[in-house]
Amino acid sequence: MTELRGFYTLWLREVKRYFRDKVRIVSSFFQPFLWLVVFGTGFRFSGQIGELNYQEYLFPGIIGQALLFTSMFMGISVIWDKEFGFMKEILVAPISRVTIFLGKMVGDSTDAVLQGTIIFLVAALLGIKVDLVAYFKALPVMLLITFGLVSIGLTIASFMRSLESFGVIQSFINLPLFFLSGALFPLTNPSIPDWLRLISKGNPLTYGVDALRTIILGEAWQPLQALHVNLAVLGAFDIIMIIIGTWAFTRMK
Amino acid sequence: MRKVIETFKLTRMFNRLTAVNQLDISVESGEIFGLLGPNGAGKTTTISMLCTILKPTSGTAKVNGFDIVKEAMQVRKSIGIVFQDPSIDDRMTGRENLFMHANLYGVPSSEQKSRIDRVLKLVELEDRADDIMRTYSGGMRRRLELARGLIHYPKVLFLDEPTLGLDPQTRDHIWMYIRELKEAHDITIVLTTHYMDEADKLCDRIAIMDYGKIIALDTPSKLKETLEGDVVNIRANNPETLLSLVTEKMGLQNARINNGTIEITVKNGKSMLPRIVEAATQNNIFIESISLREPNLEDVFLHYTGRTIRADSSRERHGFLAIARRRIK
Ligand SMILES: Nc1ncnc2c1ncn2[C@@H]1O[C@H](COP(=O)(O)OP(=O)(O)OP(=O)(O)O)[C@@H](O)[C@H]1O
Ligand SMILES: [Mg+2]
Repeated sequence: MTELRGFYTLWLREVKRYFRDKVRIVSSFFQPFLWLVVFGTGFRFSGQIGELNYQEYLFPGIIGQALLFTSMFMGISVIWDKEFGFMKEILVAPISRVTIFLGKMVGDSTDAVLQGTIIFLVAALLGIKVDLVAYFKALPVMLLITFGLVSIGLTIASFMRSLESFGVIQSFINLPLFFLSGALFPLTNPSIPDWLRLISKGNPLTYGVDALRTIILGEAWQPLQALHVNLAVLGAFDIIMIIIGTWAFTRMK
Repeated sequence: MRKVIETFKLTRMFNRLTAVNQLDISVESGEIFGLLGPNGAGKTTTISMLCTILKPTSGTAKVNGFDIVKEAMQVRKSIGIVFQDPSIDDRMTGRENLFMHANLYGVPSSEQKSRIDRVLKLVELEDRADDIMRTYSGGMRRRLELARGLIHYPKVLFLDEPTLGLDPQTRDHIWMYIRELKEAHDITIVLTTHYMDEADKLCDRIAIMDYGKIIALDTPSKLKETLEGDVVNIRANNPETLLSLVTEKMGLQNARINNGTIEITVKNGKSMLPRIVEAATQNNIFIESISLREPNLEDVFLHYTGRTIRADSSRERHGFLAIARRRIK
């Protein structure tokens, strides 16, 4: 009972802090806007993917990108909490480290999914075809994608003291994961070299983006693998990362 | 009396530095136990270990009967702490911080609101309770942290310089409340402070710590008695000559010059005064003023820890994060 309340308290804190950060919310409209408008429009006239125009194709990929970047970035809250001392208040509380980790992780994931929701809004504003049913189907998939990614961010942050070094590590991880996920170009294209396809297979985001495309684009999309395979891989990835993250939190000073 | 805290050769090293050195103390149930010592003595390190946020390098301790290493969770269920360094979430309001604490520490939902209203009133923050804490003054943040420490009633409450930077009225207020709470809920309190008068008034027993070791431990009155005497302060036109007169001719060894004032510690100050004046007059030394006072805890503290002010060697603070950290000694 205490654990459950602790979990809820920590979850609520992350969500409240997200809504109070107006600058972040406003700026989170801007990046996907750039990607979809400038990048998306530019490539739209350079090629067609099946029956899809590039902008439609790109849209789920940009959701994947937003989920990746925000999820990983969430680790920063751990460093803030250490720096501002609030972490001590949490660590001496009579709740287990598992609960502390899960509360923070699910809270941060909720924030990341809200960020993903903003992409749907931006897409709708840009006139890309978005339907509400697809959004609600995408919700649990977005959560599944973020759990593991947020866990990575939290794990890294639990080992670090400074914001700067966290930022450096971030850019080392984020861009490769993004470029190798099929967010920007279809991995189904037969002329993609084997090495690229192989590396992408090891990237959890590849499965996330593919799942999102299957849900959002429907028939028009030729998936890499069946939806249930994508979901199973994501689930396995989440479980492993959550275990590692819990371990990292247990040994945090 | 039951022992609520007991340490067994509790030791903590930071690289080469031994911050806490083979500490053996025990605190009894219902007591207010003062831990005094100069900056860097190891007080906070000791408390951090007792609160399970820092692992001992060697040795161990029991809090409320539970081992701080092997039964950390049980220990955490028994304690409350007000940290020396800031530990609030300053993006949340004061009230939100209190509710988070109540929930994390398992205060029954039905009692949360009334307890929180009570402590907010105590620290006079009712008006500001719904403001984001970033807009609070340093003292207000401190008051909220104190209030937070008082909403779940733990078995042992650690207060690490709780009243640092607070005005005298607030301090008085809070101490009255803490004593009430202690009586009503059988709470044992471990307190560190640099306000000697506060320690003197409040503590049942006081341990003076320096370089990670306890160098004196007793009730405040017993500690003052061990000083063996009263303090005589003399201002004279020729302090050096008077000092040598007092130490050599009169045999009062415990004398020194401090800021141009001669300070003598003697057993029976009242009967010594006329003899000192007489000796001075005979040697043509003019006494400007002379005073006599019974020793206070500050004298005890200085007696055991020496006079020199030590550089604040405690952890580096992060600029604006530190609230009212710098203390004028
Ligand atoms: N995390 C740390 N890393 C390295 N040294 C530390 C650390 N924490 C404390 N110390 C050192 O341990 C010693 C004891 O510090 P501690 O904070 O326990 O002192 P204190 O008695 O609480 O002093 P103060 O009155 O200034 O609060 C100091 O020399 C300090 O520099
Ligand atoms: Mg301290």
